[in-house]
Amino acid sequence: MPQVTRQPEHLHDKKLKQLEERAMKIREDIIAMLTEAGSGHSAGPLGMADIFTALYFHVLVHDPKKPDWPERDILLLSNGHICPVRYVAMAHAGYIPKRELMTLRKFGSRLQGHPERVRWPALESTSGPLGSGLPIGAGMAYAYKYLDNKPNRVFVISSDGELEAGVNWEAALFAARNRLHNLTWIIDRNNIQIDGYTEDIMPLESLTEKFMAFNFHVLEIDGHNIREFVDAVEEARAVWEKPTVIIAHTIPGRGVDFMEFEPYWHGVPPKRGEEAEKSLAALRTLGGRIVSEHE
Amino acid sequence: MPFGINPKAKLVKNLFAADIELKPTRDGYGLGLVDAGKKDAKVVVLCADLSESTRSHWFKKEFPARFVQIGVSEQSMAAIASGLALAGKVPFISSYAGFSPGRNWEQIRTTITLNDANVKVAGAHAGVSVGPDGATHQMTEDLALMRTLPNMVVLAPCDMQETKKATVAVAGVYGPHYLRFGREKSPVFTTPATPFKIGRAEIFRFGRDVTIVACGILVHEALKAAEELRKKGIEAEVIDSHTIKPLDAKTILASIAKTGCVVTVEEHQVDGGLGAAVAEALGAARPVPLERIGVQNRYGESGEPIMLLEAFGLTSPYIAMAARRATARKAGKKVSEVPDYMAAAERRAVELKKQVISEALSRAPREWGGKKGNIKDLIKKSK
Repeated sequence: MPQVTRQPEHLHDKKLKQLEERAMKIREDIIAMLTEAGSGHSAGPLGMADIFTALYFHVLVHDPKKPDWPERDILLLSNGHICPVRYVAMAHAGYIPKRELMTLRKFGSRLQGHPERVRWPALESTSGPLGSGLPIGAGMAYAYKYLDNKPNRVFVISSDGELEAGVNWEAALFAARNRLHNLTWIIDRNNIQIDGYTEDIMPLESLTEKFMAFNFHVLEIDGHNIREFVDAVEEARAVWEKPTVIIAHTIPGRGVDFMEFEPYWHGVPPKRGEEAEKSLAALRTLGGRIVSEHE
Repeated sequence: MPFGINPKAKLVKNLFAADIELKPTRDGYGLGLVDAGKKDAKVVVLCADLSESTRSHWFKKEFPARFVQIGVSEQSMAAIASGLALAGKVPFISSYAGFSPGRNWEQIRTTITLNDANVKVAGAHAGVSVGPDGATHQMTEDLALMRTLPNMVVLAPCDMQETKKATVAVAGVYGPHYLRFGREKSPVFTTPATPFKIGRAEIFRFGRDVTIVACGILVHEALKAAEELRKKGIEAEVIDSHTIKPLDAKTILASIAKTGCVVTVEEHQVDGGLGAAVAEALGAARPVPLERIGVQNRYGESGEPIMLLEAFGLTSPYIAMAARRATARKAGKKVSEVPDYMAAAERRAVELKKQVISEALSRAPREWGGKKGNIKDLIKKSK
């Protein structure tokens, strides 16, 4: 049982480098897992690999060996379709054996196409139909803050296109009304949704001003910069009068050159063979703009 | 009337052949929208960020000015459509059935059916045959939701061809209509000459011993079951009840007067859908032994579509089992407490899961704790 330390741990350069390497390995496993599954979403999971790595390996108070530990922080993934990144990050963290990544989207697997709490309780909540994360998170944060007086923090990840669902704004009103400072809302701002670019489908800007008007503490970061993300989360911890929203600017398909910024890759995996091999190669070479030790 | 396929139904000749054409019913919606759009300039199509999946992008291509992108906002989509209808348009709202009518039921109730607004609600990705996406995206409660609304007409066509006809037909009649269709490819076994009229069930096969009332893609499974039953000396009458509300009780009850027992078949919860509608009609007029094939009060899950249909007990062998049970009950024979078609499907599901998962795990690469090569080998083109 880990000691409950809620004081922020300093992110040393050495650990930062480890996290960055871990994020790239998680991306490789996402590609392999999606290829094996034959269906699923590519762009979102690759785009959020850095943030998920930071969450599971630095930010969250959690115990992979005891997922129902009452002192744990809560992570809710509202845009359930990017669950491959969560599954891989959780496998890396030790929640499940990595070989289970072979079973994604298959009959009898805990790794459902969209997260299902009943089949895998460590996922905290079922999601897929968009807009469930913030209201559920607000309910949990309310219980911790007002009913149980507990220090657990609640993190909710939503996509940007998801903000078109009105229920988010209803829950935002509630979170601000109740000054849920223990609630941190992370928006994956990658500017795409399944039908195209968000600003073409249904413009969301100016998001910062919208959230400020809803009385949130608003932070904007580069979602691929782990240090910026960790700093933002620490800042949120210090804000006591409001819930915090972190707008994380990410590149959909990050790391696989031909997937980056392409709405096409929102909802499809690379095909077995050339497409998948190219994706993996891109991650392991300069195509992914990193120098890797793997090749 | 001799037993067998109704010649007036004009079904395809290769009904049970391996080369039968396979197309998703959602294609019928897309094609039907374009036809309806050509016939009537008042037809407009709304979509909640799923234009390719629902095939409404075909309408968008043809009539860009009459396509309205709503974004991920199913609740306002229903009410905006009501507004368009009250302003004289014929709006179709398109999304996955899990979200519309799954999410926006109240908006449909108040702004569409209570208003009696001329809105057509189209629910794609109905049933467990959606496959790998899992339970959140496999809608199995939509017929129940829509069937309870006054003024709503509820349709679940059986193949791509019939979905196309239904789409064109609902555009031409005033009032709220719900159209349900699926994601996966399924047999196209009706033809342009197959009769179709909203509210009229079609007898696809004449029989004597049991009536099978089906809707959606499982009508084809019902016909396959009838073929299996024929070999065992049981002649089943198969009815395509594409309209669930108003139910064509006249046709169904006339068939049951002849056969004396009935099996209902749907890719929906057994409660609240077609089986419930038939049970209500029987209860009011003519109670006879009834067996209901459908999703047995549980949620779907990830898996290959065809495998899921089997594991959920929705395919022809289970329909045939239910038919035999219905005829046995009619004859006054003792039957098991838990229907055999339910128990057999549960056993099969356990077996299939074991097979699928152990096969997958056996190929795990070394990096993932397995024995077979690395992830680079895993993603290579399979031999």
